[in-house]
Amino acid sequence: MSEDKGAFGVQGTGDTSGFSGLVRAAHSAGSSERPYGSYFDDLADDLERAYPEFNDAIEKVVVDRGELTLFVKAAKLFDVATILRNNEKLRFEYGLGVNGVHYPDQKDRELHAVYELLSLTHNRRIRLEVAVPESHPHLPSLVEVWGGMNWHERETYDMFGIIFDGHPALTRILMPDDWQGHPQRKDYPLGGIAVEYKGATTPAPSERRSYR
Amino acid sequence: MSTYADPYASSRETTEGRVYSVTGGDWDALATEIGATKEERVVVNMGPQHPSTHGVLRLILELEGETVTEARCGIGYLHTGIEKNTEYRTWTQGVTFVTRMDYLAPIFNEVAYCLGVEKLLGITNDIPERASVIRVLMMELNRISSHMVALGTGALELGALSPMIFAFRERELVLDLFEMISGLRMNMAYVRPGGVAQDIPAGGVAKIRETVAQLRTNFKDNEKLLIGNTIWMKRTQHIGYLDLAGCTTLGITGPVLRSAGLAWDLRKTQPYCGYENYDFDVVTANSCDVYGRFLVRMGELEQSLRIIEQACDKLDRLEGQPVMVADKKIAWPSQLSVGADGMGNSLNHIREIMGESMEALIHHFKLVTEGFRVPAGQVYTAVESPRGETGVHLVSDGGTRPYRVHFREPSFNNLQATAAMSEGGMVADIIAAVASIDPVMGGVDR
Repeated sequence: MSEDKGAFGVQGTGDTSGFSGLVRAAHSAGSSERPYGSYFDDLADDLERAYPEFNDAIEKVVVDRGELTLFVKAAKLFDVATILRNNEKLRFEYGLGVNGVHYPDQKDRELHAVYELLSLTHNRRIRLEVAVPESHPHLPSLVEVWGGMNWHERETYDMFGIIFDGHPALTRILMPDDWQGHPQRKDYPLGGIAVEYKGATTPAPSERRSYR
Repeated sequence: MSTYADPYASSRETTEGRVYSVTGGDWDALATEIGATKEERVVVNMGPQHPSTHGVLRLILELEGETVTEARCGIGYLHTGIEKNTEYRTWTQGVTFVTRMDYLAPIFNEVAYCLGVEKLLGITNDIPERASVIRVLMMELNRISSHMVALGTGALELGALSPMIFAFRERELVLDLFEMISGLRMNMAYVRPGGVAQDIPAGGVAKIRETVAQLRTNFKDNEKLLIGNTIWMKRTQHIGYLDLAGCTTLGITGPVLRSAGLAWDLRKTQPYCGYENYDFDVVTANSCDVYGRFLVRMGELEQSLRIIEQACDKLDRLEGQPVMVADKKIAWPSQLSVGADGMGNSLNHIREIMGESMEALIHHFKLVTEGFRVPAGQVYTAVESPRGETGVHLVSDGGTRPYRVHFREPSFNNLQATAAMSEGGMVADIIAAVASIDPVMGGVDR
């Protein structure tokens, strides 16, 4: 979403108010430098000790708004997840789920999968983010690591089309089985139907100027 | 009388009339044959339109006699695309959508969402204390009304009608309070980014105190009916067993986890909205079964009442303080009031923007139509809803509308435990197991 025409579908800059610019820049978080603060330094140290390939597997570490995000390479995701769960210094027993985010402008990194993990033992949270290209949207399934990931991965497959290799039964879960397309992708329209009432027609939601 | 002679049932005349002896046939051979074929199975489709499945939940059961050998859930019948829709509305309008996800716990959806938006905005510490106290008050009232449905419908599904009547009587008292405070009984969109939509009306706190006393008395009715009741215990004890290891594997939170003996409650372990300033206990049970979950929910009712009482005291102390963040670039400009016909615009506010201040009108218009901008980034916030951890993953690209809103719904996650809880048990116990998870399909399917 590099360019958004704002609420009223205006052309040009359209900003007559000075309230704000109407063109949004694509967002890309920069890598954070140590010290990360909070328990994040300890956590990163523990992971580095437990996982010799840390520097190879972790693309960047982002600390933002008091939350720690590790950007992991897709090929290493399963290893990192296993260590995060099993290492006694880390002990992320809870894989709370996976969520997709679609960034159509990030070439070859269009589809992101975001995992939220929780450690009851240490009362800590961490987020893993993995990017895969839309042309080859394959990620290892983490159902073996956290059984509860099962439905979350199915939902992410359903909504974004990310294929989790090794999932026991990767089928659609919310949409009907014969549905075409993946509704949460940015190029998938909101849809809806126009409604006529007393001669006046209200356009379908995706056709309304304020939603374009 | 027919003279037709049935080849498999010979008959003879007796003083009481004709008596048939059913014999013959090949029943023995048939039974042996069925027993020899391993693939032979009965698959029963239960729901989605079924009075005992807690909403439009479809259960696909593989049975051997009355024993369940496999249970699978089919969901998605209530999928409404709420997450997609929020991407087309302002951050404030999002509240109106997310409140409709888990429709029995709307306040928790709103609070989780608003805490996320506030974290993105970086105004978490600027939320007025009175607003946080009102949020806590509303959440705990909501926990009571939600648990009441869980207990009432759970009992009803097992054939106990009276507990449902009592539970809905109690729930009604809480919904009356919601109506008094927000103007709406359900799906209130009362919690807004920056605070809450409006202050508690005059005399509201006294009414809440009255209701709390009433509820405390009323809860005893259901306690007397169910706790220790032989039939109830036979239907719920050792049923739907899921121990701590099972909960951890499946990511189960909430009363189901606490029924396995672990006192994990986000209100204690990762407090938000000032929960660390309230005195309450985390209720647990050790039985890992439906009865344990029932006891946990019953115990949580009393704890919620305790929190509400403390919140009322705090509200008295904070009388007259603001309920919305001071930053006018974020605070919702429209003022609401509850009139005789429900909630509507405050006439004072209308007078100001229409008759007195052009700038106020412009400000109102811009903020209501376009909304405020939220700095780019992503956050995850979680609250302890009646069903477990309700988490919100919000992504902003810096615009006036969310880039992505995702709810980690405890109902959705916990429903995965259906198979683990009910396989190997009787088919009738599936109802008890599902009811003890207390899934709300609006939350499961979103």
